[in-house]
Amino acid sequence: MMGSFSLKSAMLAVAAGAFATGILVFAHGSLLSDADAAIQPALKLQPVTSFDKIKNKQQRAVALFQEAGKVIQSPRCMNCHPATERPTQTDRMRPHQPLVVRGEGGLGAPGMMCTTCHREANFDAAGVPGNPKWHLAPEEMAWQGKSLGQICEQIKDRKRNGDLTLAALVKHMAEDDLVGWAWSPGPNRTPAPGTQKEFGALIKAWVDAGASCPKG
Amino acid sequence: MTQLTLKINGQSHSIDADPDMPLLWAIRESVGLTGTKYGCGVAQCGACTVFVGGLPVRSCSMPVSAVGADEITTIEGLKSKEALAVQKAWVKLDVPQCGYCQSGQIMSATSLLEINAKPTDRDIDLAMNGNICRCATYVRIRAAIHDAAKSLEG
Ligand code: FES
Ligand code: FES
Repeated sequence: MMGSFSLKSAMLAVAAGAFATGILVFAHGSLLSDADAAIQPALKLQPVTSFDKIKNKQQRAVALFQEAGKVIQSPRCMNCHPATERPTQTDRMRPHQPLVVRGEGGLGAPGMMCTTCHREANFDAAGVPGNPKWHLAPEEMAWQGKSLGQICEQIKDRKRNGDLTLAALVKHMAEDDLVGWAWSPGPNRTPAPGTQKEFGALIKAWVDAGASCPKG
Repeated sequence: MTQLTLKINGQSHSIDADPDMPLLWAIRESVGLTGTKYGCGVAQCGACTVFVGGLPVRSCSMPVSAVGADEITTIEGLKSKEALAVQKAWVKLDVPQCGYCQSGQIMSATSLLEINAKPTDRDIDLAMNGNICRCATYVRIRAAIHDAAKSLEG
């Protein structure tokens, strides 16, 4: 009796150990090395004033948007504006692991919502980022696979920007808390360049200069 | 260390814990409910799935201090009609092999059926693919979820 009990316990322990070890190798092998290999030193944004020298308003707007584009096209923003229903992750923008989909309201699939893993705040012990508003951008706001010029036109288009006026767009970029997460994404993720305040100022200056978009 | 009260399976538990302790540790080590398993600790396997406020959460990936007053349900406390149907189907189809992943699987399957009474194969795959099974019982898991859904129809 005793013999069979301990044999069973030993087998269970081996199985549990194998489970944990296997998962750890897979999870750490893919998550951490991806991130570690790709972490970049934080990039800076040029201040709005450095664009004052461009006298042509349209050219100034384009240059301002190109500068803001360093944020928009950073992995922190692009990962959750996917072209398909599946987000990407890490600085390398590889497919999100496990497989998750946009689902209703960008909140994931029933039984596997974003909130299953992503909670109110980053949880560094597990390497999982979080924010109270964590969700995927809707399909019409997909940015991956698009040029900066196409993203620019899309951002201005009220049919594809959540019906935001340009003033509301400036406020969203400058103040939204989930947008702001891009500058405090937790360890092993390169933050978006500059600060949210600087980014907001660039977007505002772009709007003030007529909101022209880069070609192409 | 902070004094925290966790409501688990209808009972209050006072624990002394670092606010940053993963909820999974609190459930297993401080409260002593070991049905919930540790697989990866990084939200990749689903073995640690519990319900917080009625919805599935990877308990390795949230700090115990973030639970607040929300009710926690672990595998030991599952008792909805969907949960009972899932347990019955699991036995009927002999789903588990080593069993290590199964409490997480059952939590996710129960949650799916609580939200979606008649899931398609795709619904099941989307809800369950965050729950890894090293014994690859996936085919039986999917069949058992269909079986449970069917048993709830009548
Ligand atoms: S232990 Fe929580 S997801 Fe693996
Ligand atoms: S039954 Fe062994 S890991 Fe799933």
